[in-house]
Amino acid sequence: MSHPTFDSVSVGDKLPELTSAPISRTTLALYGGASGDHNPIHVDIDFAKSHGMPDVFAHGMLSMAYLGRMLTNWVPQCQLRSFSNRFGSITNLQDKIHCNGTIVEKLEQDGEKLVRVEINAANQDGDIKLAGEALIALV
Amino acid sequence: MIDRKHIGLEMPPHSADVEKGRLRFFAKATGQTDPIYIDEQAAKAAGYRSIPVPPTFLFCLDMEVPNPFELIERLDVDLGKVLHGEQSFTYYKDVCAGDRVTYQSKVVDIFDKKDGALEFIIKETKVTNQDGDHVADLKGVIVVRHQ
Repeated sequence: MSHPTFDSVSVGDKLPELTSAPISRTTLALYGGASGDHNPIHVDIDFAKSHGMPDVFAHGMLSMAYLGRMLTNWVPQCQLRSFSNRFGSITNLQDKIHCNGTIVEKLEQDGEKLVRVEINAANQDGDIKLAGEALIALV
Repeated sequence: MIDRKHIGLEMPPHSADVEKGRLRFFAKATGQTDPIYIDEQAAKAAGYRSIPVPPTFLFCLDMEVPNPFELIERLDVDLGKVLHGEQSFTYYKDVCAGDRVTYQSKVVDIFDKKDGALEFIIKETKVTNQDGDHVADLKGVIVVRHQ
């Protein structure tokens, strides 16, 4: 298996994309259990409606996990130095999440070669749900 | 409005065990099929001590307490009005199945926007392992919608 190296990548390069399966109620039930996030707003339609939402909606951290999968498909996880994002709009049932990453900077910090990758996750209509960046060490 | 006296509030530290079965369940729930996140032998062959904690899972183990929403309740916020605004992770050392991690969290800021229609709680968390090594920092922004 060959991994990207600092010299083999350029600013503007795209990471291999990742697309999730459509998010179902089952997806949310499994994620709620596995993540330990038992907030009923994600699994209990009665609770969601009583709090002004038309239906349950996805955990933001589920889509962040998809972004994490995109990153660790590209490089071994031990090279990940930081990973952050903002959550924009709510992700709804049946959304398919498309994860994208673009190298925006090559830098050296504390004697380590790094790339800064802009990342985002959007649904099938192109609505950006999450946007942020990751710092990744490359040798 | 959330009482601003809570700025600086430190939550009691808590610890959580990193369990292989739970990591496999998380892999299933997030569509992860890479064997290093499922099979300990594959993880070891890739150079990890055991199955590694995936990039966002340290956030999850912070909820392994009797009441994961204690902070929300202490701030007198309705859980149904809460959204996740931002999340960041800074990694210093790997964390694998078999490790025990300890969380120390603090509310570092509370502010509002749109004439109080939205309030923001900023929480920072330091994560250490069973050897006392600083393994990661987490920062979360919790949004409370008042409309």
